[in-house]
Amino acid sequence: MITKSKIPNILEVYEEELLKDWVQEQLASSTRRADLISESELRQQSAEFLEAFRQASHGDNLLDITTPQWDHVREILTELSRSRAQHGFTASETATFIFSLKQPLFARLHQELEKNADTLSEENWAATVLLDKLGLFTTEVHQQNREAVIARQQQELLELSTPVVKLWEGILVLPLIGTLDSARTQVIMESLLQQIVESEATIAIIDITGVPTVDTLVAQHLLKTVAAARLMGADCIISGIRPQIAQTIVQLGVDLNEVTTKASLAAAFRLALQQSGQNVTETPQDAARR
Amino acid sequence: MERIPILKMGDLLLVTIQVDMHDRLAIALQDDLMNRIASTSARGVLIDISALEIVDSFIGRMIGNIAAMSRVLDAETVVVGMRPAVAITLVELGLSLSGVRTALNVEKGMNLLQASLPLPAEESADGHNEE
Repeated sequence: MITKSKIPNILEVYEEELLKDWVQEQLASSTRRADLISESELRQQSAEFLEAFRQASHGDNLLDITTPQWDHVREILTELSRSRAQHGFTASETATFIFSLKQPLFARLHQELEKNADTLSEENWAATVLLDKLGLFTTEVHQQNREAVIARQQQELLELSTPVVKLWEGILVLPLIGTLDSARTQVIMESLLQQIVESEATIAIIDITGVPTVDTLVAQHLLKTVAAARLMGADCIISGIRPQIAQTIVQLGVDLNEVTTKASLAAAFRLALQQSGQNVTETPQDAARR
Repeated sequence: MERIPILKMGDLLLVTIQVDMHDRLAIALQDDLMNRIASTSARGVLIDISALEIVDSFIGRMIGNIAAMSRVLDAETVVVGMRPAVAITLVELGLSLSGVRTALNVEKGMNLLQASLPLPAEESADGHNEE
């Protein structure tokens, strides 16, 4: 550990020059995203960071950025990283913000310590370690933010992909799209049962046209949903079973005997109308139009 | 000890569970209900569990058992008003109560029972003819 580093001193003395060089460096950099951030915004962010960096570097723990003296710097970087992640910057584009400070800082160190080669290399090393740590921290935060975005989208997709539609008086349809896993089955079951209560439905049609594969696990999930709906007093019809899926189901030995199954949603709807004692008739005008 | 009331409505018995069931209460209900079916020769039983919020495997099994026992005594049983959370819990516990008839609410359960029972009017008419 360097006891009396020149870095705080240099930051103090050359703050303005450093800022100017640094911003220039960033503007010239190949990873600059002129489409995503304006020059004035970049300048302001840089100035803010440099100010915090200068203050933090005066503390005792120059090289340990986890200590409280670096709190403010980390806050700024977290905020910057978050906003850049949201705007669509890549991880390296975000990290360049820190790494491009190296060049100007090294130049000033060199200028200051020209005559003292040993100290210069020591200071260079300290500055490298410090900036690397800050850069990695930025990357890490950036990654965390991206992951949070992905997790949120997954959740949204989960909710979006399970609509329960009221097709007719007392008849609900649940068009399933995508693979069924335990978590999704849970959501599907909950929304279906909720809808059964709200619309006082007596028949629910589960349409699996959009389910790519049906294996034993998926079949089990389906049967669970059917059983839960039955407990609520609603009969279930499974429709949209494609020929390949019918073959797979039988070959796997899945027992769907307890459930009414239909090949198409239309057939299921016809049965549902029949079971609920309702009827759709064609008027003469309709027939004439056809 | 508290008991769950059993109401008689013509040929039907109506059981409304308004408290959270515990094991002894469930056993007492089973006992009382069988006695009432036998003494009133009821043709149908409607069990309303819309106020039941918590079920465990024992209560779930008791509901199934009560329905099966009533059927042995020739009374059609309908369980009505199960909450979504309860339904999910029972399915997750592996109790799908496949022998029990269900309906969404008391009204629909009544319709179901009445549809499955011979009409009382016909019965009395038959009775008059025989006399």
